[in-house]
Amino acid sequence: MSQLSVQHLLGIKHLKVTDIDLIFKTANHFKEVINRPIKKVPSLRDITIANLFFENSTRTKLSFELAEKRLSADIINFSASQSSVKKGETLIDTANNILSMKVDIIVMRHPNVGACDFLSKNVHAKIINAGDGTHEHPTQALLDSYSIREKLGTVKDKKIVIIGDILHSRVALSNIYALKLQGAEVKVCGPKTLIPKHIESLGVSIEYSLKKALDWCDVANVLRVQNERMKINYFPSTREYSQLFGINKKILDSLDKKIVIMHPGPINRGVEITSDVADADQSIILNQVENGVAIRMAVIYLLAQQIVQ
Amino acid sequence: MSKKTLLNSKEIHIILHRLACQLIENHNSFEKTVVIGIQPRGVHLAKRLVSILQNDYNISKVKLGQLDITFYRDDFRRREAPLEASKTTIDFIIEGKNVVFIDDVLYSGRSIRAALTAIQSFGRPENIELLVLIDRRFSRHLPIQPDYTGRQVDVINKEKVTVHWKENDKKDAVYIINN
Repeated sequence: MSQLSVQHLLGIKHLKVTDIDLIFKTANHFKEVINRPIKKVPSLRDITIANLFFENSTRTKLSFELAEKRLSADIINFSASQSSVKKGETLIDTANNILSMKVDIIVMRHPNVGACDFLSKNVHAKIINAGDGTHEHPTQALLDSYSIREKLGTVKDKKIVIIGDILHSRVALSNIYALKLQGAEVKVCGPKTLIPKHIESLGVSIEYSLKKALDWCDVANVLRVQNERMKINYFPSTREYSQLFGINKKILDSLDKKIVIMHPGPINRGVEITSDVADADQSIILNQVENGVAIRMAVIYLLAQQIVQ
Repeated sequence: MSKKTLLNSKEIHIILHRLACQLIENHNSFEKTVVIGIQPRGVHLAKRLVSILQNDYNISKVKLGQLDITFYRDDFRRREAPLEASKTTIDFIIEGKNVVFIDDVLYSGRSIRAALTAIQSFGRPENIELLVLIDRRFSRHLPIQPDYTGRQVDVINKEKVTVHWKENDKKDAVYIINN
């Protein structure tokens, strides 16, 4: 198969395992491209992409922008803070105005769950979800799985624990879908208040003891505590959180194996993980960042193949 | 569908040795020359030529690379079937080198145009030459001509020239297929 089964990338939920394989295979080629002296290919020189970020983002936005530039696409950037959204313009009007400028692909981050899904049904462009509320962040999950596959050879049958603020994380949900689809065993671990109800229905188990979770796993995917999304206190103090769920060198050294450490960033150093863990050789955090560009190039390239001129 | 043999195994063997000798005439010890097979089918020819240079003419250390041109093609999204990329492997410096592109069939010239753009991502070669096994004359869309040719053929556009290699297709042969 050399074509995606979906018209938009709205979430991992809509993908098949063959789609993930195709994205990874294409990303392998782009990873080679971005390590060349000249890191650019002309494939998308007739494509225009709008990056619509209705919510703050640094690394995802930079990663998408770089991926688009590496493919030679024309890009326009839109931030809600400096836009007509502040004046009361609706999402569809904003998108349609941008589309009138002959845009082919929209990469959108939005604080509301389902915003990308809504847009895909109402405007004529390819939509890539760059994170919608606490729902999905498909390209992050893809690059996480890709990084695991790169480090361990496969995702199938690997034991992966997602640690931390599961409740407010879009990375967690997309990761659960992606990892389960590829045959991994998945656990979530965090304070009871930050584990969503009925999460077991997604085929994952819950572990409240960090030590037990780390003893069990091959990979620990540590999530950021999303203070900006918390309207109430979910745990007594940051200090207590880091004592119970923070990963430090001492706890890693107490394990009888070397597990892989991941983090989607940005890291709250000393809260979720300590600096010596973030910078340890078993951490693949910077590989995740590098792989992010290749994965996003692959997704954009594959969706652009479906655009008929 | 009719299938006509243009070259058999023995003829291909003779042609490959002749092409190898022509390369030696121009590149001598290959110290400043690198050979780049264009993916996917030019790579078979490139490997075969390098093997002849090394085994039959004792030219050791010929640098061989594989270049995929998928992302540089000008027919992206104009084809019925989506393009699938192959692997690019160029683990040496091409800056200032004499580059010899190797492809099995030269038809419209668009693949070579894409290859000329793609190779720029690896530096600025001193010069670039083109070697092809089959040159389909009179079917060029672009002003591109080979420096080394195995055999020139005149076939009408609806006919297809396919090259088979024993490594992949059990025997060496070139066919003209009329659909």
